[in-house]
Amino acid sequence: MTMLDDKLGDRQRLSYIAAQAADARLNVELETEGMTLNIGPQHPATHGTLRIIARLDGEQVVWAEPSAGYMHRGYEKLTEVRTYPQVTTLINRIDWLGSFANEVPFILAAEKLMGVEAPPRAQWIRTILFELSRIANVSLFLGDLGVQMGAVTPVFLAFRDREYVLNLIESATGGRFHPNFDRIGGLKDDLPAGWVQETKQVMKKLRNFCDEIETLLFGNEIFQSRMRGIGVIPREVALQYGLSGANLRASGVDWDLRRDQESPLAWKHADWKVFTHPDGDSFARSWIRLQETREATKIVDQLLDGMPAGPVMAKVPKIIKVPEGEAWVSTENPLGEMGYYVVSRGDLGPFRVKIRSASFNNISIVPWVLRGVYVPDIITILASLYFILGDIDR
Amino acid sequence: MLSLLAVEIPYWGQSLLRVLGGLVAVLLPAGTIVYLFLFKMMSFMQSRLGPMEAGPYGSLQLVAEVGKWLQKEDIIPDNADKKIFKIAPIVVLVSTFLLVAVVPFGPDAWFTNFETGVFYALAVSSISVLGILMAGWASANKYSLLGGLRAAGQLIAYELPMVLAVVGVVIQAGTMNLQQIVVAQNSGAIFGFDFLGNPYILTQFVGFVVFMIAVQAELTQTPFDMPIAESELVSGYMTEYSGFRFLIFFISEFATAGVFTMIAATLFLGGWGVPFAWFGWSGIDDVSNWMNLVGPVILITKMLLLTFIVMWVRFSYPRFREDQLQRFAWKVLIPVSLVNIMVTAVFKVVM
Repeated sequence: MTMLDDKLGDRQRLSYIAAQAADARLNVELETEGMTLNIGPQHPATHGTLRIIARLDGEQVVWAEPSAGYMHRGYEKLTEVRTYPQVTTLINRIDWLGSFANEVPFILAAEKLMGVEAPPRAQWIRTILFELSRIANVSLFLGDLGVQMGAVTPVFLAFRDREYVLNLIESATGGRFHPNFDRIGGLKDDLPAGWVQETKQVMKKLRNFCDEIETLLFGNEIFQSRMRGIGVIPREVALQYGLSGANLRASGVDWDLRRDQESPLAWKHADWKVFTHPDGDSFARSWIRLQETREATKIVDQLLDGMPAGPVMAKVPKIIKVPEGEAWVSTENPLGEMGYYVVSRGDLGPFRVKIRSASFNNISIVPWVLRGVYVPDIITILASLYFILGDIDR
Repeated sequence: MLSLLAVEIPYWGQSLLRVLGGLVAVLLPAGTIVYLFLFKMMSFMQSRLGPMEAGPYGSLQLVAEVGKWLQKEDIIPDNADKKIFKIAPIVVLVSTFLLVAVVPFGPDAWFTNFETGVFYALAVSSISVLGILMAGWASANKYSLLGGLRAAGQLIAYELPMVLAVVGVVIQAGTMNLQQIVVAQNSGAIFGFDFLGNPYILTQFVGFVVFMIAVQAELTQTPFDMPIAESELVSGYMTEYSGFRFLIFFISEFATAGVFTMIAATLFLGGWGVPFAWFGWSGIDDVSNWMNLVGPVILITKMLLLTFIVMWVRFSYPRFREDQLQRFAWKVLIPVSLVNIMVTAVFKVVM
């Protein structure tokens, strides 16, 4: 196998050997009686209703498969009977922790089809809210990481500081969880008075939160021993399975759509860094997310400083009809690459929308990465892959 | 005839006193620990207030919870081994009551005064493993089974460092009687300096650390809580229990925490006593009678101090993995405690 080349570290090689041993045990059928454990659909560690069917030998996983679809809501089909402005209400609910980030790629796709360009101020506010929803999303991940390993305190810190971000989103958009704020051609409203100063203070708090989590959790020896060298995904495998977002960057692939793709949004005006990690293990994935949260606060700070004045809504007709055509727009969402392929036949609503959500692709690697690990590692690997059920089951 | 506070008490009175005292000695610390640490300290560490509604500062919250649990339906799964399923929580609780029997609370305030009290305590504490294994097996639930097996492996692995850590104390005190260990600590002296007595936490510090880690594991508190591991095994061996039987598991968890830390306080912190040099006592016979009343208070204070440490660790650490825990026990704790025994023995012979 080409993966076992000299570039791999000892940790990656050991994890690979454990996986091979698990394969061998499955194929040779040694004289041990296994046990099939259904983790989920109702289980505290699956954040919803994901089901993992795991074949165990003692406490070691021989074979595992995720079974999604317990919360399928048929959004792709529902979009066909909605008008364009109504669709954002639906797609808010895909990744429910970073709702605003779901709206942006769809609106951008519709704008692309219509040939409308939102004014610069709208693009900047979109980017700021996009990054705020990333912070709200990933800060909860950082707290949840501790809970999955029995450390109950970080999650309360995460909820405490996430509340500030949600308050900001609420005061700007009117909705804490589901803003539904993005419109074709711009935004519903401008920012409220005093929002900029308030946001800057909150960003300072969030940076403190990141430091706190870094020392409380990432510096902990037990945490490191649980995360390092566990669930190693080499670079090639990550690419083959179509991982995206932090999961891909943790495997050493320097790929971030915010930077690598021409986009009308305002990331190019801020000075920020894309983090990668060579290890590809659970620790790397979590570490990348922590660094990205901190980087997101810096992006928000910089964009607030340089925000242009002007209107937030371009001239669009009252009744939106999108001309015939097809468009694909994807962005780097909190969970990874999220994209919409919109097919229009010139009606009030889209003819067909294909949603590419990050978590669905990210959990496709679960059978590969769970071979040969122990039951407690299932939980940490799932936590570090970080999926949102709504993002899997659209 | 036992003379307590210069009052002669007949045998039936003594027995009654012992039973009532046992109930108080197990349930009162358990309730205190739950309220002080599980409800309040945990909340303050997580920047929230905790229960505030029931009673002043939520102090009656535990009563409310017990009332809630008593009202709940006692569900027994269809496939469960019903007899074993029903007995299991009681077995766990009984081991706690057996354990408290040897803890001395004052010069005369003890339930039984075994010559081999340490040996008895360590032996009896293993009974709870049996109850947990029974619960895990009888529940007919895969999570429970995994939890029960983990508990068995873990508690047996940590029994050994615990015993070895206590051996150092036994060598130094020259007795296995807990009462005499307390007296030896309080009447002892370190290099002729007897103001502090000789609490073994100073001279047996390694043993104390090993013992507390083993206690943490025996109590299945984080970072050693894999048998329960709510994010992996739902609730481990307790998954299928509800209502009254869950309540018994819950009480026994914290009652055992109380009793184990009482034993730790007895072995390492001087138990019920204060250094005898403070009052010019030279032995157990000089100790004045009022220590029978003050002694329990002192012991409980020391117990709360140690439980505070146990809970502090519980709330701040993530948990180990099963194999890491076994490796920690066999490769770190046991060698360390063996070296500790050797050093203690050499010092005992030389000095």
